Amino acid sequence: MTSPSNIADGCAAPDQSAPIPASVDLQKETVITGTVTSAEGEAVAGAYVRLLDSTGEFTAEVVTSPQGVFRFFAAPGTWTLRALSRSGNGELAVDATRGVNEVGLSVAAA
Amino acid sequence: MSRDTALVSADWAEKNLETPGIVFVEVDEDTTAYDGGHIPGAIKIDWKTDLQDPVRRDFVNQEQFSKLLSDRGIGNDDTVILYGGNNNWFAAYAYWYFKLYGHGDVKLLDGGRKKWELDARPYTKDIPTRAAATYVAKAPDLSIRAFRDEVVAAIGEKNLVDVRSPDEFAGRLLAPAHLPQEQSQRGGHIPTAISVPWSKAANEDGTFKSDADLTKIYGDAGLDGSKDTIAYCRIGERSSHTWFVLKELLGQENVKNYDGSWTEYGSLIGVPIALGDEPGKA
Repeated sequence: MTSPSNIADGCAAPDQSAPIPASVDLQKETVITGTVTSAEGEAVAGAYVRLLDSTGEFTAEVVTSPQGVFRFFAAPGTWTLRALSRSGNGELAVDATRGVNEVGLSVAAA
Repeated sequence: MSRDTALVSADWAEKNLETPGIVFVEVDEDTTAYDGGHIPGAIKIDWKTDLQDPVRRDFVNQEQFSKLLSDRGIGNDDTVILYGGNNNWFAAYAYWYFKLYGHGDVKLLDGGRKKWELDARPYTKDIPTRAAATYVAKAPDLSIRAFRDEVVAAIGEKNLVDVRSPDEFAGRLLAPAHLPQEQSQRGGHIPTAISVPWSKAANEDGTFKSDADLTKIYGDAGLDGSKDTIAYCRIGERSSHTWFVLKELLGQENVKNYDGSWTEYGSLIGVPIALGDEPGKA
């Protein structure tokens, strides 16, 4: 079951590769979504992606799907995405607006 | 309690995967991570289906907890090592249950799944079989669990620590940013609560910061060491993480977790709510 009430029950991240639930109103939500890729351009599954607010404070973290996909429900404004993975780390600034904001996030060994 | 008794490192864990009397338990809300690969020998506990009552809005009682652990083959004398995803939120929540029901020896794996993954340590898909045991939970220790009336009475009196993100504290978001925001309750925080997001206590790899760093973080945020403390978040699992830090790592007396947290408080009729980034007045 993936009813909205179930989503609201917990705090863990839902399946990152699943379609956005029909109950999510994209007129109201600010979705930041994208794929983590390695230096070789391959999708990185199991990467830890965190969303930092405009002051650099941690806001949320998800694990990428087998296709390397992540998704956040944020608010309009400036955010930073930061990824940690076995393939290395990466960072990206995002200016999000209402609706779906699609980005690419690449990681590389330091 | 201290770091030595409440926490084990990934190195220690990897060396003790087959040690008799030690049971590794992965705890998560979404157990598909376990099914896709887990620490060798670890069993799983599902935060929702195993630890919540299926009917009442409460977690499992003493009898239900006894049956769960008996069925999973955990005895009262076993050393239980808990770990999970989400920076050990749900593992910390389960740790709090184990303490609440009087388990003797329970510890968290520092860094949980994330540290294990980033270290490229081994996973398996093999499901271990454990013979059923006879587990007898003790009566709940309510000295570590706060209820709503106590929380309302604590406004302006005790340390209230809101461990949600700054935007949730201020009322700008109603849930963590990896979740949809449609919720019925009001936004904001309990007046006089200080904001110390749970994430302040963790390094990027999910391990806990040093005792010296932790002491400074809560001290700088205005936590008064002479007062009792209640930690809360949205549903009680992130605040278990902070409860663990204050009570089990730093050894503070009288720290409670308010597991009703914002989903309960923000839905109560008539209680005071503060908006914005400041604690607000009692």
